[in-house]
Amino acid sequence: MEEIRTVTTKDMLTVYVYGEIDHHSAKGIRTQIDRYILMQKPSSVRLELSGVTFMDSSGLGLIMGRYALCTDVGCSLCVLNPTDAVARIIFMAGLEKIVPIERTQK
Amino acid sequence: MKSKVINEMNMVIPSYSVNESYARYAVSAFVAQMDPTVDELGDIRTVVSEAVTNCVVHAYRDAPGKIYISVKCYDDGKLRVKIRDKGCGIADVKKAMEPLFTTDTTGERGGMGFAIMESFTDKLTVRSSLGFGTTVTMTKCLNIVRK
Repeated sequence: MEEIRTVTTKDMLTVYVYGEIDHHSAKGIRTQIDRYILMQKPSSVRLELSGVTFMDSSGLGLIMGRYALCTDVGCSLCVLNPTDAVARIIFMAGLEKIVPIERTQK
Repeated sequence: MKSKVINEMNMVIPSYSVNESYARYAVSAFVAQMDPTVDELGDIRTVVSEAVTNCVVHAYRDAPGKIYISVKCYDDGKLRVKIRDKGCGIADVKKAMEPLFTTDTTGERGGMGFAIMESFTDKLTVRSSLGFGTTVTMTKCLNIVRK
């Protein structure tokens, strides 16, 4: 079951996504993330993906769609701490060129 | 030497999006007997998810239909996964397989499904007939050491 959790510090919204991102789960995850972005109007959004156990191309679509929304509302977007499997799919699409990948120190 | 089928599995599921995860776990549970690595199993899960999602999103976009999945294990460590639908078919398969090509207009789909299937398997064949459906065949050679 998809689940997200958010942490906001100053103007930065960090969305922690857990579980599996596929076409079926993406819809619910998307609705929740968009609600937080529109409600909090942060200046930057980080999608924290270390808890994602599976992601297919629907996850790329999810990131691309959030990038479009963030551009619309004038905030930045990055992907935080993706697993190797998730990063591999992001690199395959070259998505890191428009949505940068960042890592926090453990 | 021609490789021999040592086991096979067939399943039919309706094209409900909730079945996407069931399909990838059913296939990965079946191929686990071939002792794949964690990475290989991850690849198989991903490509099954891509192919089944295509059936749900594209082939049966107007009304749900049946998705036919067959898996064959060969004695040389090869796996063949076939995912077939009787949906709308693809007008231009070559175009559909181009990375980033999508017919989606919502901006929520990346057009990377076929590119991922191609990259995560050793061979990908797509046969489609407009109005009759599409068959995606993927072959993956597991890197197992034979005694």
